[in-house]
Amino acid sequence: MHKGILLGALAGMAFAAGAASAATLDDVKARGVLKCGVNAGLAGFAAPDSSGRWKGFDVDYCRALAAAIFGDQEKIDFTPTTTETRFTALVSGEIDVLARNSTWTFTRDVDLKLDFVAVNYYDGQGFMVSKDLGVSSAKELDGATVCIQTGTTTELNLADFFKTNGISYQPVPIQTEAEARQQFLGGACDAYTTDASGLAAARSGYPNPENYIILPEIISKEPLGPVVRHGDNQWADIARWTFYALVEAEELGITKANLDEMKSSQNPEIRRLLGVEGDLGKMFGLSPDWAYNAIKANGNFGEIFAASIGEGTPSNLARGLNAQWKDGGLMYAPPFR
Amino acid sequence: MAMTATQAEPFRPSMLIYDTRYRSLTFQVIALVAVLTFFGWIVHNTVANLAALGKTFDFGFLEQRAGYDINQHLIPYTNDSTHARAAVVGILNTLLVAFLGCITATVLGIFMGVLRLSPNWLIGRLASVYVETFRNVPVLLWILALMAIITDTFPAPAAFRGDNASASMLAGGTVAFTNRGAYVPWPVFGPGWQAVAIVFALSLAAVWAFGRWAHARQEATGATLPTFWIKLGLLVLPALLVDSLIGAITWTVPELKRFNFEGGGFVDKSLIALWFALALYTGAFIAEIVRSGIQAVARGQSEAAAALGLRPGRIMSLVVLPQALRVIIPPLISQYLNLTKNSSLAIVVGYADVRATLGGITMNQTGRELECMILMMGFYLLISLTISTVMNMYNASVALKER
Repeated sequence: MHKGILLGALAGMAFAAGAASAATLDDVKARGVLKCGVNAGLAGFAAPDSSGRWKGFDVDYCRALAAAIFGDQEKIDFTPTTTETRFTALVSGEIDVLARNSTWTFTRDVDLKLDFVAVNYYDGQGFMVSKDLGVSSAKELDGATVCIQTGTTTELNLADFFKTNGISYQPVPIQTEAEARQQFLGGACDAYTTDASGLAAARSGYPNPENYIILPEIISKEPLGPVVRHGDNQWADIARWTFYALVEAEELGITKANLDEMKSSQNPEIRRLLGVEGDLGKMFGLSPDWAYNAIKANGNFGEIFAASIGEGTPSNLARGLNAQWKDGGLMYAPPFR
Repeated sequence: MAMTATQAEPFRPSMLIYDTRYRSLTFQVIALVAVLTFFGWIVHNTVANLAALGKTFDFGFLEQRAGYDINQHLIPYTNDSTHARAAVVGILNTLLVAFLGCITATVLGIFMGVLRLSPNWLIGRLASVYVETFRNVPVLLWILALMAIITDTFPAPAAFRGDNASASMLAGGTVAFTNRGAYVPWPVFGPGWQAVAIVFALSLAAVWAFGRWAHARQEATGATLPTFWIKLGLLVLPALLVDSLIGAITWTVPELKRFNFEGGGFVDKSLIALWFALALYTGAFIAEIVRSGIQAVARGQSEAAAALGLRPGRIMSLVVLPQALRVIIPPLISQYLNLTKNSSLAIVVGYADVRATLGGITMNQTGRELECMILMMGFYLLISLTISTVMNMYNASVALKER
């Protein structure tokens, strides 16, 4: 009898341990809140505003995902992560989805047991220097001290770039954007390297942004995107298609403002996306109006881009590669049918 | 009744709890089973979770190319080296800062501990202020504070440039303190440096032999010699003489180039900040340990020494401190251990210690969290046990010999 209880308890614990990585959607629904890992503070991508509300490009994706699941974009907890803690936080189940300017690479996808669900920003690694240095190309940086966020692909790209060009550098590893700012503005490093979008975002927060230039060399491909744990395909599908719903909405001209009129549109593609027709949502365990809710949260992909990092915002990034495929960019949502 | 008590009773299961002869054994067995079950569960849980994630447990990643650069390496290292070598570089950096920190903290601690007992009111209070400020603020904040001070108050290398530069090099243009670290002259070992090294080793032996001889002479005759100066001369002069004859060792001096000073040696500011923050923090604790050790020596000892006509400095170094060491050493061991473990806070200033290489970049690039953590914990355990063993041996050598 006693032995039975003990064994039963042990078996229960073992089962609980094993089940931790099973159906993420059920866990999220039971918890009533989505846990999203974001950058600890990168203006435009993820940063709390003066009233403590998280804002930014990656944040808005997470809010859309929460809205798709719960119909309410506020049912979300943001966990600030550093470059070093982000994947551990995701794999350990501390967060459900990671949207933190993370580059999709082979080893991360395959060996780290992560699933990159889509690319929400096509980026590349660049260098920022002070104008006073009189440097016009990254190849002139021989002997320079370079600030670099540790635990990133940028670290490896940097080593490769300097090696390929046969020049040397002194790396200064840093943990956060705030530390980078202190070191770089203080002149403790000659150059600061990270994804070009990150450089633009960082520069927007400097006292005299016009004194710093981003060098023309883009030394790597950095497809950034949301990440989920490997092995839960249903959850990966939800994360993937919520993103594509936002992209598709932009292509179809569905905006936050005209969302409700669009519901009565006769275009079957719009009707299917917004759940007026068919039952796409049910196929992965969400309500039929999941995409409607996701778009309603902060608008379509283009609106999110424009509001957080687009031209006119402090980051002032052009759409470039991140424009719709029809406009010469790489944003291309697979068909919703 | 007495007869029945000595008769062997047949064993009944209830005796396991009610009979004092068996009870302790019973509880020990239960405790053992509980502990083993707990660890068994932890291991099983880990294995099950790793399996659920489809991860394997192996250390093969250590042989792969690391691919990243490390700003301070005591052994040759490039981004083509393996992760294992990167880990060794990190381990050596940890040992370096722990070694420098322990030495500096000890010197500072003894100095401040003695000053705290000074009859001079001002000096005593200043030492108290040092102790209370440093030990009552978390060491993490001291590390960050020193780092911020270096970054914000020292000039950038660019400030040394031009005709009306706002900063200038010290020590005849050979040393530069910048907000990136200190650039200092560095020796270059040319052909024939082994000869200089051999002469230096012989000098060391000569210093030791001279010390013994001078001591024996003082015991026999009472006459003293200026041993410090003679020893210093013995140590330095022969090596200098040989080097000036064959010119084996030359010095390179840092020079300002396009972005940085080049040539000479470079001491990164993260090392400086970490080293001094750890030393100042731990030094405050050591000062208290030294003070309590000194106060534990009976007052009669110093009074007797004073009655013999010894000067206060000699009373401290010859009579009080040697006895105080017996009280000082055991708590000092744990301070050394604390300092070594606290060096893992290097992460906040980007110092490339083992936590930053093996437990930071390597872990992040390979995704082998469990393996890296086990290796790091093993390393810190090993180094802590080594420090404790060495210090316990030293303690045994200074402990009171009871005959």
